[in-house]
Amino acid sequence: MTALLEAQHVTKVFGRGLIKKHRVLALEDFSLSIAGGQPTIIGVVGESGSGKTTMARLLLGLEAPSEGRVLYKGKDLRHLSRAERRACLQDVQIIFQDPFEVYNSFYKVDHVLTVPIAKFRLASSERERQRLIEEVLQTVGLRPEETLGRYPHQLSGGQRQRIMVARALLLRPKLIVADEPVSMIDASLRATVLDNLRQLNEEFGISLIYITHDLTTAYQISNNIIVLYSGSVAEAGDVELVVGQPQHPYTELLISSIPLPNPERRWSDEIPVTSGKQVRGYMGCKFADRCPQVFSLCLEKAPPLFQTDHHRGVACYLYQDCASMRPEEMGGLFVQRAAPWSVKAQAG
Amino acid sequence: MLEIQDLRVYYHTMQGPVKAVGGVTFDLKAGERFGLIGESGSGKSTMALSILRLIKPPGRIEAGEILLDGVNVLTLSEEQMRQLRLAGVSLITQGAMNSLNPVMRIKHQIVDGLRSHGVQMSGQEWDDRVGELLEWVGLRPDVGDMFPHQLSGGMKQRVCIAIAISLRPKIIIADEPTSALDVVVQRQVMETLRRVQQDLGASVILIGHDMGLMAQFADRVGIMYAGRLVEEGPVKDIFSRPQHPYSQLLIASLPSLERKGTFQAIPGFPPSLLDLPAGCAFYPRCPRTLEPCVVEEPVLRLVGPDHRAACHSLLVIPSDSEESRSKSAKRQRDDCSA
Repeated sequence: MTALLEAQHVTKVFGRGLIKKHRVLALEDFSLSIAGGQPTIIGVVGESGSGKTTMARLLLGLEAPSEGRVLYKGKDLRHLSRAERRACLQDVQIIFQDPFEVYNSFYKVDHVLTVPIAKFRLASSERERQRLIEEVLQTVGLRPEETLGRYPHQLSGGQRQRIMVARALLLRPKLIVADEPVSMIDASLRATVLDNLRQLNEEFGISLIYITHDLTTAYQISNNIIVLYSGSVAEAGDVELVVGQPQHPYTELLISSIPLPNPERRWSDEIPVTSGKQVRGYMGCKFADRCPQVFSLCLEKAPPLFQTDHHRGVACYLYQDCASMRPEEMGGLFVQRAAPWSVKAQAG
Repeated sequence: MLEIQDLRVYYHTMQGPVKAVGGVTFDLKAGERFGLIGESGSGKSTMALSILRLIKPPGRIEAGEILLDGVNVLTLSEEQMRQLRLAGVSLITQGAMNSLNPVMRIKHQIVDGLRSHGVQMSGQEWDDRVGELLEWVGLRPDVGDMFPHQLSGGMKQRVCIAIAISLRPKIIIADEPTSALDVVVQRQVMETLRRVQQDLGASVILIGHDMGLMAQFADRVGIMYAGRLVEEGPVKDIFSRPQHPYSQLLIASLPSLERKGTFQAIPGFPPSLLDLPAGCAFYPRCPRTLEPCVVEEPVLRLVGPDHRAACHSLLVIPSDSEESRSKSAKRQRDDCSA
């Protein structure tokens, strides 16, 4: 079966400057395949500059890859026909980070819901349009009468983000790419938006790529996880394994830095600040300059993914005894399992 | 050290007064790290700005006292206030790193604050002073010659900490200082802030909504809801034995790395500050609503040693006399040990 959306050996380099070329390698040799049939949630975590947003933009066709290609149902995103492009736009939706910037403050919030209905001809009458809008708003737990007819500034960040979830749902997509959907929302409302996202996956069978810097929410919501560091995959696989017993030194650092809401378990010692600047033409592991366990091989060439477990790959020479994998084999690590959650948000 | 008495700050809008801070009382001890937790719109940033008297119209401090070492900040002249800012109380805001002037070298921006507070030095001394401050916050002294765009977010935030401590203030107010940073960098910046605070012996008011960060950093925390302090106490007590239903739900809503799928959202929405419910502001969302909640606003009462909460559903303890306070504290201690 052809995958719904597939990235094949995608590399993205951003160039800057006319005379002195300044090149930034945002994403390097990244492959990922999303099947249409099995709804899954893949968490993508990494710090800023790790390439996670670039990955999202490439998958959505908002950015053209420098090398490699992104396929929608087996066809390159850049060579889709008008009709295919349209189908792709409907099948793959995005939820952006900032629930403040996606709205045009001169329009009422209804605008973001009515425009897609008109563009994709989802409703044949005014009444049907209204019904569709009210239905999706209720699905995400908003009261239509309190939401519609308002201007963006009259709603909270959480409400605005939920309207975005509703908008994505309106188009009944097969995949939603959510780029930091809850990072600007308060804790008490964050759980609601996360729950909405889970619900999309559970009830409507929509796959989700959940991009975040917050490992805790990624752990809560995902089945599988990809940890990106500086444009490359550091560790990937079953979320329980990666978060439960991290193996890559970067994942370990990341997990130990999470501020746990438990005053009994505070951070240990201060960790050193490193510059994180690599010399041009450097070919080794990108984490080497921050890695506490670095050795000579790390500086010579970048490590491939080593399969340390049935459901986990780690790009680190500490595990070089394990079988190495090609980037496109990463998808084979992912577990197919039913959504593990049981507790739902209390009715609003 | 710092005492805040029944502070009320309203923003006067066309629709009526927005009660951003509706009667908050707490005090900050010397050398203490106090965490002020609240969602957006709970009045926590307004609190920070009012301590520095930086509230701009239509906002106004309506009532209350802010006593800094016994002096009411609200009665100071504008010039005295200007002297107090940075030298006595400094502020690190959420987007502090974006407040750096993009066309000015870092060292000039650090020197700027010192100069306007009357510090005079020779050229070499300035460079030494700047280098010292930068090293203090974990940066190389040559960062002083750079421009903000040459620095990462974490480095810029460190520069802001360096500016904030340049006059050795007694109180540092940090309003979501790391919300734009990565976890690892966040940890490094917070550790630097803690080290600098301990070196200075200053108190810190950390404002934010990240409960994890509060648990890691603060000694004592206060939880705000709809412009009021609903609970306040030692960080360990608040996290292990939260008393106010809002605190309990807030802590239960935290996603955990240990258990999966156990977090719950708090039903409903925060109330509009324009139109607060009579009585307790939380009662429409509260699972433990009682009769008095609807009509009477609860006040903070002792519920444990140094631990206060404002909720009618908690033990009704007379809070007027000091004697009954200590009695109830003792009773609570006995309860806890039992």
